[in-house]
Amino acid sequence: MKKTDNQRVVITGVGLTAPNGNNLGEFRHSLLNGVSGITEYEIRYFGKTLAGLCTFDPLKYQKKKEIRTGTRAGSIGVYCAHEALLDAGIELGKEYLPSRTGVFLGITEHGNVETENEIYEISKFNYDTKCWSHYHNPRTVANSPAGEVTVNLGITGPHFTLGAACAAGNLGCVSGLQQILLGEVDFALAGGVSESPGTFGIFAAFNSQTALARHEDPTKASRPFDKARNGIVISEGGAVFTLERLDKAKARGAKIYGELVGYNYNSDATDMVLPCAERQAECIRAALAKADMKPQDVSIVNTHATGTHAGDAKECQALRMVFGDDCPNTYFNNTKSFIGHCMGAAAALELAGNLPAFEDNIVHPTINVDDLDPECALSNLVLNKPQKVQNVTSILNNSFGMFGINCVLIVAKYNQ
Amino acid sequence: MTRDEIYKAVIDILSEIVEDEDWVALGLEDDLKGKLESMDFLDVIMELRKLYGVEVPEADYGKFATLKGCVDYLEPFLSKK
Repeated sequence: MKKTDNQRVVITGVGLTAPNGNNLGEFRHSLLNGVSGITEYEIRYFGKTLAGLCTFDPLKYQKKKEIRTGTRAGSIGVYCAHEALLDAGIELGKEYLPSRTGVFLGITEHGNVETENEIYEISKFNYDTKCWSHYHNPRTVANSPAGEVTVNLGITGPHFTLGAACAAGNLGCVSGLQQILLGEVDFALAGGVSESPGTFGIFAAFNSQTALARHEDPTKASRPFDKARNGIVISEGGAVFTLERLDKAKARGAKIYGELVGYNYNSDATDMVLPCAERQAECIRAALAKADMKPQDVSIVNTHATGTHAGDAKECQALRMVFGDDCPNTYFNNTKSFIGHCMGAAAALELAGNLPAFEDNIVHPTINVDDLDPECALSNLVLNKPQKVQNVTSILNNSFGMFGINCVLIVAKYNQ
Repeated sequence: MTRDEIYKAVIDILSEIVEDEDWVALGLEDDLKGKLESMDFLDVIMELRKLYGVEVPEADYGKFATLKGCVDYLEPFLSKK
């Protein structure tokens, strides 16, 4: 049954900060020109490593006090939310009531940075817990990053952050869509954020797991699908979309980036960290069914691949199960090869980076593939150079996380 | 520390916590309440603890109502530093 305009939800604004761009234009330029955002990085206790760090100016939308008392993830969320509103041409209180606006942000983890900082701070005072900050609780409650956005923007509708490991960015978008369709809000700021490079623990843990990327050239460290891949590059970032019903968007003459047409989420129920190709394939198929699409209808698959041996191979196995060799107009790419793994922001950022393809019909590549791992071979895997294609009409965005949480989101080119 | 130095130390702490307030322009007897939120005030107490080792019990928080009150309270602790 054909959906009416008030049953359709569209993206009308994009705000982002990535290790290689602080707005969609810069980010897209980097993705089409092979510009990596990975640099050398040093963090206490762990030492020298690599990371993807953002260069946005937090003072653009926050006072110094907000930055001091809040969190890096909150600052990223605030920056992205403001940029998305500006991009959408929406002034809260004018097009949408603050009480009918919601903020839904995905996170992989939150509170590690703040807890490590406090322990480090009290270590200077012989571990006297009286020196533990009274800001620790508001900084580390799980709704903190989305809450900081509401306080900064005066949004009085609902807010929450979703812990969904590395599938969180997609799930943030899905939650925004659902809250609109449920009638809980008229307008959503949805996406994902990550402050993960601020915690030494994540580097140390991935290192202990032998899953932390190393390379003498930082820009080549994130190399999904390459035989010599050796792990994940930890990155920060954020992407927030303005989501609204199509009828409202049309009525105000909004620019429409795309329509959220399908999604699915499920659980592997097999392992804490090792992915399950069968469940991933099921998730992709279910998302396609909800979108009333066949695999052949998908123009771009943005892969989740992070640069680990098992993860990349399993995802490619899942993709072969769904797409086989019978999808001549389906192209596969990877965005983490440029920016590393932005954790809770990853899926949202990767979706954002692909959205301009609806206009320019260019598929950005996966870079750093010098020697393609046969286990990761896919038809139409776009390697190292962008590929011009005939007509990009849909993007399928994969995201998978620890404890086998899978979330697939499909966005279609806006079609009247 | 002299009273002047203690006053400057308090102003430095306040300026770090609430940057957009002109603390130097504030009179010694002016009320601090409207200028500091509750979490800001706890910041002041925390900084005194960390920077000068001064432990202010909750029962004494009321003595920090003005800049003069702050200096008066801190003088016995800091005059020998």
